[in-house]
Parts: sequence; structure tokens; C-alpha cells
Amino acid sequence: MLKLTLRNLVARKVRLVMSGLAIVLGVAFLSGVLVFSNGLSSTFDSIIYSSTPDGVVRAEQTASFDAGGATTSQTISPEVVDRLAALPEVARADGDVVGVGMSLLASDGTLIGGTGAPTLAFNHTDTPNMAGEPPMLLTSGRWPTAPDEVVLDDAAADNGDYALGDEVKLLAPFGKSQRTATLVGTAEFNGGGTAGATLLVFSTQGAQDLFLDGADAFHQISLTAADGVSQEQLAEAAATVAPSGFEAVTGDQVAEESQDAVGQFLDVISTFLLVFAIIAVIVGGFIIVNTFTILVAQRSRELALLRALGASRRQVTQSVLLEAVVMSAVAATIGIGLGWLLARGLAALFRAVGLDIAGDTLTLDAPAVVISYAVGIGVTLVAAFLPARRAGKVAPVAAMRADAAPERHSLRRRTIIGGAVMALGALIAAVGVLGGPGPDALWVGIAAAIWILTAAGISSVIGRPVLVLCRGLFGRLFGTTGRLAGENALRDPRRTGATASALMIGLALVSCIGVLAASLNTSVDDVVDEQFTADFLVQSSNFLPFSTVVGDDLEKVDGVATVSRQQWTAAQVDDSTVFVTGNDAGFDDIYDLDVTDGRQQLQGKEALVTTGFADDHGLEVGAPLKLTFLAGKALDLEVAGIIEGSETTGDVSIPLDLLADGGVPRQDTSLSILLEPGADAVAVGKALDDAVAPTPVVAVYDKQEFADSIRDQVNQLLYMIYGLLALAIVIAVIGIVNTLGLSVIERTREIGLLRAIGMSRARLRRMITLESVAIAVLGALLGMALGLVIGVLLRQSLKDNLTSLGLPLGQLVVFLVIAVVVGVLAAIVPAVRASRLNVLDAIATE
Amino acid sequence: MTVTPPAASPAARAVDLRKTYGSGDSAVHALAGVSLDLEAGRFTAIMGPSGSGKSTLMHCMAALDTPTEGSVEVGGTDLGRLKDKELTALRRERIGFVFQAFNLIPTLTASENILLPLNLAGRKPDRQWLDTVIDAVGLRDRLDHRPTELSGGQQQRVACARALASQPSIVFADEPTGNLDSTSGAEVLSFLRRSVDDFGQTVVMVTHDAVAASYCDRVVFLADGLVVDEIQDPQREQILEHMTRLQELAAARSTRA
Repeated sequence: MLKLTLRNLVARKVRLVMSGLAIVLGVAFLSGVLVFSNGLSSTFDSIIYSSTPDGVVRAEQTASFDAGGATTSQTISPEVVDRLAALPEVARADGDVVGVGMSLLASDGTLIGGTGAPTLAFNHTDTPNMAGEPPMLLTSGRWPTAPDEVVLDDAAADNGDYALGDEVKLLAPFGKSQRTATLVGTAEFNGGGTAGATLLVFSTQGAQDLFLDGADAFHQISLTAADGVSQEQLAEAAATVAPSGFEAVTGDQVAEESQDAVGQFLDVISTFLLVFAIIAVIVGGFIIVNTFTILVAQRSRELALLRALGASRRQVTQSVLLEAVVMSAVAATIGIGLGWLLARGLAALFRAVGLDIAGDTLTLDAPAVVISYAVGIGVTLVAAFLPARRAGKVAPVAAMRADAAPERHSLRRRTIIGGAVMALGALIAAVGVLGGPGPDALWVGIAAAIWILTAAGISSVIGRPVLVLCRGLFGRLFGTTGRLAGENALRDPRRTGATASALMIGLALVSCIGVLAASLNTSVDDVVDEQFTADFLVQSSNFLPFSTVVGDDLEKVDGVATVSRQQWTAAQVDDSTVFVTGNDAGFDDIYDLDVTDGRQQLQGKEALVTTGFADDHGLEVGAPLKLTFLAGKALDLEVAGIIEGSETTGDVSIPLDLLADGGVPRQDTSLSILLEPGADAVAVGKALDDAVAPTPVVAVYDKQEFADSIRDQVNQLLYMIYGLLALAIVIAVIGIVNTLGLSVIERTREIGLLRAIGMSRARLRRMITLESVAIAVLGALLGMALGLVIGVLLRQSLKDNLTSLGLPLGQLVVFLVIAVVVGVLAAIVPAVRASRLNVLDAIATE
Repeated sequence: MTVTPPAASPAARAVDLRKTYGSGDSAVHALAGVSLDLEAGRFTAIMGPSGSGKSTLMHCMAALDTPTEGSVEVGGTDLGRLKDKELTALRRERIGFVFQAFNLIPTLTASENILLPLNLAGRKPDRQWLDTVIDAVGLRDRLDHRPTELSGGQQQRVACARALASQPSIVFADEPTGNLDSTSGAEVLSFLRRSVDDFGQTVVMVTHDAVAASYCDRVVFLADGLVVDEIQDPQREQILEHMTRLQELAAARSTRA
């Protein structure tokens, strides 16, 4: 008996470690994301604060980081700088030149950066930051003094394979695109690193040559306050001399605006990651519920004895909960440590895509630790509560009964309640699909959450047909062994169901995302099919504008009939920002827009607007429309036509030459090329590729390549999501291992009997593996069915953007295969343990 | 009643069987050199006080445990030369088992349980033989029931049918009536007796119940890991006498020690 007790204790330790592992992984993910988010924001905070001066005089309506590819052509003359410097409140004033759209090429001509963090180009001044320190620090060489000298950040110099004294290759967004400059030094932000941004620092004259056509002027002026002058006093004083169209703002405000702009972007990343951490924690919770339920069932005799000896229900319940607290506290501690490592892994991952997070900012702060503990322990407590309460309900008399399995209620009540809740979910989904108030997708989302959680609750009922099918199939394929495995999976439907639920949640999400991604891809194909009417399209990888020289070069290629130019920019209408496209005359030859009213062809000061925009702003053909551009200049136009929204134009389209009147510097965002009749598309395509080769920011796409490039982006995101969901699946696998391990312990005598009457070890292992596969397949099928339904409904509710439905059938087959593999893998440890059971111990009577 | 022991090789044989747990001073000799022939076609009981080694002997002879020394033959096969896989196959095909409790797989019906060893071996059951066995245990109307729907006696009878279904060389029964009331016990014992008389089966039963042993042709007494005595065609009183004497000897030895 002592032997049995000892064996139980050791076994229980293994069980607790296994269920603890689920919490460890969940908490690790959570704390990793929290640490990473902290690192992310503090990296940017320190750069922002260390590079912002006491005050700035800048064009109205420009926010520091909000350039978005559109630059202002409004400048300040050096006299204003002098006047500002003369103010008693101002210690010094420096003119800044800021260039957007500049690109750095490596020595071998390939593009550096480009897709991830931005490339920042500016002139070097000695303006100190708010703390009175230099905003940038040299790491080697010296600052540029001559117009053809440049300073890069260390990573850029490394990646470009440039040493001091080398000629650095640059691509300008305006005019003559290829430039060179001599590398004279390397530098970084005083706040540490560059967060992955590429820095190009020129002398003031060099920057003016590049970005202001050599004019002696500035985009903004950085101010340093005199001793004892506050930022507010500085800004007030500067405002008195700022020319019209310009404003003076405090450094704090600039920093805040930058933080807001960056913060929105960072919040997206953090929230995105956090969602997956929460999913992992929820899946972990399911495993805890299951483990504790089984533990309580197996210990019911011991618990009954406690009750018989006088322990109250409360005491029994509390003892189980205490066990949960201790286990989760230990697990959460390990998880937090692991999370810290995970944050480093995430940082390395983001570094690879161009977002550099300084390692020393990845610290565990108090809130992250507290949240991680609270979630880890909280989820475990909630999950253990029901099993603990059931433990308290064990009748003392159960100690005396030979068969101490706790009484089981019928599944009928659960089925009825579950069915009702599922129906409620269906009702909510119907509201969404039929267009109820609010965003349709939100309704479907709520229904999805209800369905998934309810399905997890009644998986024992709805999973039965799948398990019966498995039993039949296994029996046919594997004979008695398969039949026994099928029976085992069916014998405790709750346990099988609860174990499968964890996997179900993961696969429901994966399948749902799969449907959305497939729909997105087919929708992209549809749109491209319908709207890609040019022979070739030229765009930059991140849709930033590029120099008009590229178009000039392409016009010279043999076989090209038309190069239609289009420039995208942003403007204010009423108080909202809209995308404005400037189209040249060739546009109408290539694109036949879906005109609902008026006409597509524009003459003079006319504009095309989309139906959505027209509705929002109450416009009709002939109505006046006022666009205010970033430089502060406005255009008064008349609506000439209303079109269905399309991917080829923004909300508002105007003739290309009007953009100059709006103060928008002339660049191209997209070039559409038509070939001469009879031209060899392949040969011309190659010639076009060659023509843009020196300008690696842009690429030439034919219809297929264009669709592929968008599909690649969709798939990249898809794989990233799959990667993040993989952790939830790993946790689900741990759940299967756990349940099987516990079942093996519970069925020790049965396994002994099977061995005694002639089941070989290999068959025993196969039996347990097949049971595991049955659980995994159940989870996968339920998850995939739910995911498909939810995905299809979500697509329906988003049909404006996802115009056609795509079903990732191939992927679903892959998921099912993965589920089988998962089942096999999860069974390895329990199966080996079972096959190593000593037959004599197993059949020994107590 | 005289049953002449057949001259042919016995259904199972143990030669100088030793089983030692631990080593040195703390070594316990569960079997201290047992040599025993179990004749085919006979019903043998192995008796002895607890700790006498009777279960160990049965486990070693039934290929469930490996002896420290000595050899075991079942149907002419030397178990010492067999690996786990071959031992498993041997148990499946040549040996039938009836345990004291927990004899049946709860997820299978009675008939599935009876056919389990045959199915595991991938052998086709001999229908006629199976019908004979099922009728003999009297469970034809219970074949589709699961173990939980059967009484203890019925469960043991299903176990007996399973043990006989594969027509093994020998059936080992470990206290088959230990958990049964006397009526159910008698049913099980009568069936085992019949399987020997009518079907020529070889049955070995470990028991400490004199009534159960009285159904047998031969009773072998074990004490301290050795065969100390045996009776042919025993009567209940005879068995009790032997048992009492063995227990007194054991008690005397333990007071001396």
C-alpha cells in the first residue's frame, strides 16, 4: 500500500508539472509580450525625447512623424532664423531641412531598409535636446561639412558595406534620382540606436541641395531656450516672429505628437501580440480545468476519507484550491522568467524585419510582473474552482465504496443549455449577416466567441459522432487494438471533449483566419482582374512616391506606348483627411472607372469623388469641393463625376498638374504602362525591369506579378498569425499528453490485464496512440467546422472589402494531417509509460 | 476414482525454480527451488499460507514473471529462451488466465472479451468450440452485455470462457472464487472441473480455500518457497488438516525466529 501511495505521489507530481506547463507557457507568452511592448515604447520614447529641442517653429498642420510620404513645399527663410535667434528668450535657433523619401543603396546597388522602419534624412545642427544634450552622438568619423558628405547610422553603414571615405549610393525622391555622397562618419540617436530607422545626415547645404533644389531655406526651425526661459515662454516669444502659415510649439508638444503617432503604430503591434497571449492563456485554462477534474476524480476516495474523518466541504474545496494556487504561483514564476527570454526572441524577430529594439529596454517592470502573476494565478483559480467544488461534494460514504468514481449527472441538461446558447449565438450572427446596427463583423465576432466557448462546454455531446466514427474506422483499420482505442476515447466523453476543446479553440481560430485570408486572396485576384487594365504597373514596395525621373526613363523604352502617371497625397476636407490622387491625361486611356454620375474625364479645376466620399460629404455632380493640402494651400474644385470606389484611385481624383498649385512637390506614386500594339510583352517587360534596376525602390509588375505581390503580403501576415497560434496548439498538445497520462494511471489494471492475456507492448502503444489521435482529430474537426462557419460568416459581414469567398480546402486537409501528427506525438510519452508498466504490478490486487 | 497421470510430457514444468527479491542479508527467497510437473488434462490446486510463494510460482509458470534461477516449460517450450514479444504471444496462444478480480475490459461486451485473445492473435475462432464453451458457462443470453451489467459470478464465468476460447495448453486461475459468494463460486468451480473432465483441459488454480481445492485432482502445498506436501484426489477435511499443520509449522518457526 505504501508502494502504491509513493507511486501515486510521484505520478501526481508529474501530473502537476504537466498541467503547470500549460500555465507556464501561457504566462510566458503574456509576460513576454508585456516586456516586449515596454521595450518597444521605451525605445521610441527615449529616441523621441533625446532628439527633440526646447521648441520648434514649423508649418501649420504638420506633425513631426506624420509625413506619410507627403512633404510640404513651404519653407522658412534664413532671416527668420536670425530674427528668432535675436530674441532674448532664445539661446540659439537652427534651421532644419528634412527630407522624406530618400533611400540608401548598399554598395552592390540593393536597397537598404525600405520595407520596415523609415529612412530619415536631415541636416546636422548642434541644437541641443530638451535636456541640453546633443540629440545625436558620433560613433566614428566626423559630422558632414561639405555638401557631398554624409553620415550614416552604424547599422546602415554595416549593411551597405560602406567604410569611412567610401562613396555612398543614394536615391533621391525628386529629380535626378541617383546621387552619391562621401561617408565621413557614423552616428546614432543620443537615446540609443535608431530603432531600426536608417539615418542620412547631411550638412545644411547638402540637405538644401537635395531637398530644396539648392535654395537657402529651411522646413522648420529648432529653438533652444535661454537660461531660465520655459518652453511655453519660448514658444510664445517665437510665435511673435513666426511668419504666417507657421506656428511655434514647445518641445514637449512635439514629443507628445510624435509619441501619439508612433504610439498608434506600437499599440497595434502590442495589441496584436496580446490577443494571442490571451488565447494561449484561455487554452491553458481549459487544460487546468480538465487536469483538476481528473485529479479530483482519481482522489475521490482520499477526499471522501477526509470528509469521513470530519473535514468540512469547505476545507476539502479549499485544499484543492490551495493546491491550484501553489502550482500556479510556481508555474507563473517560471513563466515570467521564460517570458523575459521570449521578449528577447520577439525583439530579435522584429529586428530581422527592421524594427530594432534596444536590448537594455527589455526589462521586467512591476506592472508586467503583477499582471503576469495575477493572470496566471487567476486563470488557474477560476479553472480549478468547479473541480474543487466537486471535490467538496464527494460523499463521505464514498470512502467505503469499492468503486469510488463520483456520480455523474446526465449530459442531457448540458446538451439542452448548450444547444440554447448555440442558438442564441446563431441569432446574434444572423443580426450581423443581415445588417443589424453597428459593425456587422462585431456581431459575428460576438457570436463566434459564444459558439467557441459553448462548443468547448458541450464538446462531450457534439463530439460523440466523430468519436463513434473514429472507433469504426480504427476498428476496421487496426482490428481489436483500434476498436479498444475507439472505446477508450468514448468511455469518458467529458474528459475526451474537454481535452479536445483546447485544440478546437486553436484550430477554430486558425481555420477562420485561413478562410479570411483565402477570401482576401481571391478578392484581390478579382479586383486585379477587373481593375488592372494596364500592361505594366510601376510602384514602390511601400507605396511611397518616387522621382519622376523613373517615368522619364521608362517612356524611352522601346515598345512603350503610354506611361500614365499618378501621384497620391493627402488633403483635408472639412475636418477629415482623405487620399487624393492626381491623374495625368493618359489615365483615362488605360482605366475605365465605374462612373455612377457625371463623367470620368476631367477638365481644369474638376474632381472625381467616390460614392462613399460623396455620401459622407453630401456631394453631387457640380458641387464645389475645397481641398486643403499639407502645405496649407487650398484648391477650389468642382465635382465632375462620381465613381464607385476602386483600388486605382483615392477618395478624390484631380488632374495631376493641379497638385503643384496645392503646394505638393511633384513625384510619382504609380506609373501605368501601355505597350504599342504588337509589342512583345516579355521582351518589353525585361527592358522595363532593366530600366528601373538602378532605382530598387520601385518595381515593374505585370498583372500576375502584381497579384502575387499582394498575395505574398497577405500570406506573410497569415503565417505570422499561424506562428502565434502555434503556441496555443502546443499548449493543447500538452493537454492531450496530460489527459492520456492520467488515463493510463487510471487504467493501470486494465492495461495489466491486456498485457497478461496477450497484448504486445507495440499494440498497447498503438492503442494509446490511436486514442490520442481520436482526441486530436475530434478537436481538429470541431475546430475546423466552427472556424469555417465563423470565417464564412465574417467574410459575409465584410463583403464590401472581401468581395468573394475563398475556402482554403488544401490547408484544411493539412490541418487534419497535422492534428493526426499532433495526436501521435502527444501519445509518445504516455504510450511508452503504459507499455513499460510491470504486468505483475498492474494486475496485483490491492 | 483413479486418474492415471499420462506418460507424455506435462503441460507445464518447473525445474529448481528460484525467485529472490533483494540481495545479501535482506534477500527474500519467494521461491527457494521448486520443481513441479503439471500433468496435462488434470485440475491442480496450489495451496499454502500467504507468503508461501504460491502466487510467485504461478506468475513464473504463466510467463508473467521471470525466475531468478531455474527453468519453466510450457507445452514443451522453454520460457527462459523467449523475449518479451514471444512471451506475449505465448500467453496469448498457449495460456488462459482467470484472475481474482478485474478480469474483463469494461469497454467491451462479454463476447468481445471472450474473443479478445483470439482477436489479438489474429486467429479465427473455432465456432463450434466457442459455442460449446459459451453453452458450458451458460451465458448465451448475456453475450452483448458489458461487464458492468453482469454480476460478479457472471463476470468470472465470462473470464473462464475467455481462458478456454483459444484452447490453450494450460489455464491458470488465481483465486478465481476469491471475490464471489459461495453459490457463484461453486458455479465457476464446476465449470473448471467440467472443462477438465469433458474437454481434457489442463487447469492450475491458486487458492487458499479448502472447498475450492476439493474440486481438484491434486493439491500441491507450498511453504517458504518450497513444495512441502501434496495430496491426490483430496477431500475437504484432508486439505484442512494439511493446511492447519502447515500453519502451525509456520507459526512455530516464526516464534523461534
